[in-house]
Amino acid sequence: MSVRVLSPGWLTSVQDTGRSGHAAIGVGLSGAMDDVALRLANALVGNAENAAALEVTLRGPRLRFETDALIAQTGAVIDARCGTKAIPAWRPVWLAAGSELELGDMRRGARAYLAIAGGVDVAPVLGSRSADINASLGPLSGRAVVAGDELPIGHVPAEHLARLPQALGGLPLRDPHERDAIVAARWSLDPQPWFDLRGDEPVALVRGRHFESLDAASQRALFNETFRVGNESNRVGYRLEGAKLRLEAPLELISESVVPGTLQLPPNGDPIALMAEAPTTGGYPRIAHVASVDLPRLAQRRPGGRVRFVQTSLADAQSRYLARERALRALVQFIKERLHHQSHV
Amino acid sequence: MSTSSIEPLGDSALLIRLGDSIDARTNSLALALADALRAAKLPGVRDVAPAYASVGVHFEPEAAAGPGVGGSPNEFLVQRIHEVVGALLRDRLPHSNDAVGDGEGEARPADDLVQIPVCYGGDFGPDLDALAAYTKLEALDVVARHARTEYRVAMLGFMPGFPYLLGLDEALHAPRRGSPRTRVPAGSVAIGGAQTGIYPRELPGGWQLIGRTPLTLFDAARAQPALLRPGQRVRFRAIEAGEFAALTQ
Repeated sequence: MSVRVLSPGWLTSVQDTGRSGHAAIGVGLSGAMDDVALRLANALVGNAENAAALEVTLRGPRLRFETDALIAQTGAVIDARCGTKAIPAWRPVWLAAGSELELGDMRRGARAYLAIAGGVDVAPVLGSRSADINASLGPLSGRAVVAGDELPIGHVPAEHLARLPQALGGLPLRDPHERDAIVAARWSLDPQPWFDLRGDEPVALVRGRHFESLDAASQRALFNETFRVGNESNRVGYRLEGAKLRLEAPLELISESVVPGTLQLPPNGDPIALMAEAPTTGGYPRIAHVASVDLPRLAQRRPGGRVRFVQTSLADAQSRYLARERALRALVQFIKERLHHQSHV
Repeated sequence: MSTSSIEPLGDSALLIRLGDSIDARTNSLALALADALRAAKLPGVRDVAPAYASVGVHFEPEAAAGPGVGGSPNEFLVQRIHEVVGALLRDRLPHSNDAVGDGEGEARPADDLVQIPVCYGGDFGPDLDALAAYTKLEALDVVARHARTEYRVAMLGFMPGFPYLLGLDEALHAPRRGSPRTRVPAGSVAIGGAQTGIYPRELPGGWQLIGRTPLTLFDAARAQPALLRPGQRVRFRAIEAGEFAALTQ
């Protein structure tokens, strides 16, 4: 079972929930930038939530499915079609062998996730199938996918896939024996609250160790001004342009741990929010940290997009995160029961 | 030495700070603490990341919340970490038989000395002459001083397998280049400020390049992906271009 990459889009990579446990040797987490969208896409095709899927950035790839497949697309709003048929998002969709799926322009957000039942089954590197593009680490030598790649897909019992067209309760959009046949589930997830459709929700920050070292105007500006996501932003970090932030006095710092979400302040005054491919250590002042629960929201802002920050307490950031995890787990369980029920009709 | 603090690093990590300076004694304590924290297998801890004078503890807030309802993951973890730090500091008091008073740090299991062959100067070390001029030393003297010191890996960071080494001869301290190179070749041995390190692969970088090793610093396919690990002792050995070529697979 495999998927052939006909064209890679702007930046498409294999991502799971990341590679932890190796920070001591300088290996960072990587993984999906919007891990909530990844986990829901996996749930919709019956995968474990940490299965590897494709993370699609800004413009999508063209893919050919060599066998029948069950897919789901979540995250950013992207044009998706098989032949002339639009493929709906946030639901399981069955594709017949030979289907060519084209993900085109992204209408909202920056990163879409395409999960395939069985998961992208490249050999894990240091416990993860994620590409760490900046570190050139991971399957495919840590690179993004390119035209001609054959991505292996994990085994799904053929009889299970064959039963799905009826089981999904969806209408075949064409005769299932025809090429490009697709069957979309009648039901779908509401992207809310998992995706910030308008892209204007504020991003919560908890103060970092060096927040107090900012001058008074910069402390105010961080929460009162709107920042622009710089053009050179990527999976390593988002450069935030707007008010220049200044320290009261220079700090002499030695390298210490940093994590995705850490807001560093380099000398030029533009803070950098470290993202999935954050290095493991950094020596710039850490003025704040993005609340983990809001990292997916920030990851969906594209270069040129706007960001407003609000201040939150550590306790609030954690309780929002824990509440989201509970809600997500309940939803994943609901999806699982629905898929299970349907495949046994 | 007993002043440690634990501070949040966002909502899913903590930083245990043991000092503010780059020195062998503090670093040795940070590495020992990282080992102790790993051994303690605290609930929800995903990673333990030692640096020069601190240890990062990354955790999954849900798993780290501990017993009881409504407890903050931080409170619970901080309490447990205090216990580990306390036990470690008690063990390392000067009157215990495990003395650390020499400032060199104690022996650690992964402690064997690693020899790094380096071809200094020329195309492999394009900044050697500039560094010699800056330090007012002969190039040969720079090499001799760089190769005669025993170093210790303080931490890895920046990139997988990039070692920051403690022990650089003060006469060799030199600022970073005014404009960083967009491509530093893999294996480049470099000096940046008071630090010396080795680029594990081709990368952009601003340190002064004085030589290059044919060894592979990082290979994810190896049982031990990083050639050098925190705490390891390191010595450089000057080699000629011929040996460099022979050692290059």
